[in-house]
Amino acid sequence: MLTRRDTMALSLGAATIAMVPMKASASAVDEAINAFTGGAAIADGGVTVIAPEIAENGENVPVEVEAPGASEIFLLATGNPTPSVARVRFGEASGAPRISTRIRLGETQDVMAIAKLADGNFVRGAAEVRVTIGGCGG
Amino acid sequence: MSTVRPRIRLPRSANPGDVVQVRTLISHPMETGNRRDADGNIVPRQIINRFTCEYGGKVVLDVDMEISVAANPYMEFDVKVEESADFVFTWYDDDGSVYSETQHMELG
Repeated sequence: MLTRRDTMALSLGAATIAMVPMKASASAVDEAINAFTGGAAIADGGVTVIAPEIAENGENVPVEVEAPGASEIFLLATGNPTPSVARVRFGEASGAPRISTRIRLGETQDVMAIAKLADGNFVRGAAEVRVTIGGCGG
Repeated sequence: MSTVRPRIRLPRSANPGDVVQVRTLISHPMETGNRRDADGNIVPRQIINRFTCEYGGKVVLDVDMEISVAANPYMEFDVKVEESADFVFTWYDDDGSVYSETQHMELG
């Protein structure tokens, strides 16, 4: 017979298993990054990622990225099954290499932005967002 | 999809050489392709996969979007306005639809 504790352990186990397909593998993140950088080195700093520390609803999380000198910004949700979120190319009428948008986060994770600078170098910044209710549409 | 509707917020006034903030939103469910309906069937992916903005024929930004962009995609960005001209905003849907909105900006 199942005790209450067993039932809790079982349901916890089930919850863990259910979450596994939601999480991106490290290789999926690396692949997404390499597709953007072509495998080039990435320096830390020079990109500001502004996101809430705690997001009650992962379906709609405001994120702002600013990267002085950037010609492109690539935004990733490193804990989502599909880590790529958006790739922004700034044109000649852009007023600043900055974008503010709203994204989905399936679970607590780092939101990362990689910027391609006008000189061809890549820089990176990130912000951790703790997600109370995930937003993977599951 | 009759529910798709673009909304644009431009500043009321600006002078040549200013950097202005533009806010855009398009009502769209951004179906991820992972969600199931009430009958347990997968709802096929259908998202806005690209958004572009031009001012006076020059590119402001060109955005490729994936399924992790939230429903009703919102974008806020900065534009350098040198002379009075038209903004052209364009959204590209997975189903091949293209939604376009043009708004004129008269500089002071």
